[in-house]
Amino acid sequence: MDAFTTHIGIGVPLRRSNVDTDQIIPAAYLKRVTRTGFEDGLFAAWRNDPAFVLNQAPYDAGSVLVAGPDFGTGSSREHAVWALQNYGFKVVISPRFGDIFRGNAGKAGLLAAQVDDKVVLRLWALLEAEPGTTVSVDLTERTVRAGSGPEAVEDSFDIDDYTRWRLLEGLDDISLTLAHDDAIAAFEAARPSWKPTTL
Amino acid sequence: MGRTLAEKVWDEHVVRSTEGEPDLLYIDLHLIHEVTSPQAFDGLRLAGRGVRRPDLTLATEDHNVPTVDWDQPIKDPVSRTQVETLRRNAAEFGVRLHPLGDLDQGIVHIIGPQLGLTQPGMTIVCGDSHTSTHGAFGALAFGIGTSEVEHVLATQTLPQARPRTMAVTVTGELPEGVTAKDLVLTLIAHAGTGGGQGYVVEYRGPAIEALSMEARMTVCNMSIEWGAKAGLIAPDETTFAYLRDRPEAPKGADWDAAVAHWRTLVTDDDAEFDAEIELDAGTMTPFVTWGTNPGHGVPLGGSVPDPESFEEESDRVGARRALEYMGLEPGTPIREIQVDTVFVGSCTNGRIEDLRAAAAVVKGRKVAEGTRLLVVPGSVRVRLQAEQEGLDVVFKEAGAEWRGAGCSMCLGMNPDQLAPQERSASTSNRNFEGRQGRGGRTHLVSVPVAAATAIRGTLSSPADLEAAV
Repeated sequence: MDAFTTHIGIGVPLRRSNVDTDQIIPAAYLKRVTRTGFEDGLFAAWRNDPAFVLNQAPYDAGSVLVAGPDFGTGSSREHAVWALQNYGFKVVISPRFGDIFRGNAGKAGLLAAQVDDKVVLRLWALLEAEPGTTVSVDLTERTVRAGSGPEAVEDSFDIDDYTRWRLLEGLDDISLTLAHDDAIAAFEAARPSWKPTTL
Repeated sequence: MGRTLAEKVWDEHVVRSTEGEPDLLYIDLHLIHEVTSPQAFDGLRLAGRGVRRPDLTLATEDHNVPTVDWDQPIKDPVSRTQVETLRRNAAEFGVRLHPLGDLDQGIVHIIGPQLGLTQPGMTIVCGDSHTSTHGAFGALAFGIGTSEVEHVLATQTLPQARPRTMAVTVTGELPEGVTAKDLVLTLIAHAGTGGGQGYVVEYRGPAIEALSMEARMTVCNMSIEWGAKAGLIAPDETTFAYLRDRPEAPKGADWDAAVAHWRTLVTDDDAEFDAEIELDAGTMTPFVTWGTNPGHGVPLGGSVPDPESFEEESDRVGARRALEYMGLEPGTPIREIQVDTVFVGSCTNGRIEDLRAAAAVVKGRKVAEGTRLLVVPGSVRVRLQAEQEGLDVVFKEAGAEWRGAGCSMCLGMNPDQLAPQERSASTSNRNFEGRQGRGGRTHLVSVPVAAATAIRGTLSSPADLEAAV
């Protein structure tokens, strides 16, 4: 996984709450057996609408998605994270994320930045008033910044310390865990014999 | 201080705990299906890693499989590739697989309990958000993404931050005709789709204890629909009776040792939950959804809400959008909503008790003209059991379609899908936009409501049928 420190990119205002992972990528697009090529499925139903934000320049070149609360609820499909990444998104900003989505994002290297509701409302207003405005996201400082003058937005975001550290270092979870192989083996040796097995 | 059930199960599985890091949890059972596993196995191959514990891993095919002509090759080449990829991966890594055509094939959350592999106090994960179903046995069970699937395959563990705990206490008794599905839909409407976020929820109280294992699975299944990490119910005599004699349940002295341990898996009297919700089952009625998330629910006797009646602006916007998508007008009585397709099945309501309940309603009646009823058993063994009891004949005589096992119309991934603007009453778990097929309009309902709706053609309860006679 590539290390993530800061990102600056065009902000995309997605004025919706409860964006479940079926909306991010419908089930019909989940049939690929690779981690790439899911960009066509991203918001597939909504992209049929010419007025949808990703069908508008310069938002179509955006890389920082700003969404309403409860983004990524529902299905566990990591394809939702891959679809966002395959399209070009590096960061999603929302007041609240579905648990599994947030976990998946952390594993796959997409930054899920949790902010106050008010920050999203101000970012939406700014990004709609000045399409193409870039949003600067600094993981080291845990800050989001956009715009200038009285409408400028500058605030902090939440992310758990462990995920932040892993993203900053670009670390692979499995390697970290395998370093504790002895502890796993010791745990296994002490498991009750009546626990079920499949083979 | 005492501990909650969830904390006890958690503590028993901590391999390693260090300040500032998530706990490393051991996983007792890893369930796998074709959609969320191919990239995980690819990751193993790329890194030159194997599956650490194939003997704690079980795979089946459910999301993509057709429910007709299941003895034929899958027609959709992309679905077929995904299923064949799972077969290759299972063979290469030595994982037990119940493929299409196998007696133990079925929806992953139906076959685990059916085989007796789902047991109290276990940690169970699957690349599927409805893994919470297994919590009905007092197991800590939750859905994971594909990166985590790879992590569990490689290490049989998962780094997990310790969640908060919540008690949902349901007092009283469910009235006649009101089911576990109505109970959980009522809860979700009450708590909101984000109400359980960050919590492992324990469902408790007399109304929960009175539920059968299958009904408990329906409740736990939908934990994720209000954002909970997992949902569980303390094991009791109902649990032990269900498990006893299942193929993979402990036998002999092992059974005694296991039960002795399982009896300790209850929340201590002096334990404290981080949050509590209390509901009275006695006030509950058949409950259906009108909108596009599972929190958009009202009693069957109610009407479509006016978006302007919501307090929060974001809820008003969401409700307006939902009504537009659903093609509904505020104030329309729910019972007047006409339905094109009724789906009975899924990991929420695709077990034998569900099929019995549906058959009891449709027996001797006919599906309404212009409505179709699709009955899809959750597993091959559920199908065979139903056929042995003659339920298939009841359904066919009523004019319903009797299908093979799979996820079917719960999600638009196999041939069973809604057409754009087609309206369904569905016993599944999600009414998201396009969930059952692009443009499809879903009303989530209980099994008795689904069956009665199929007969009348409008959203109905079995009581409405009797009134009509």
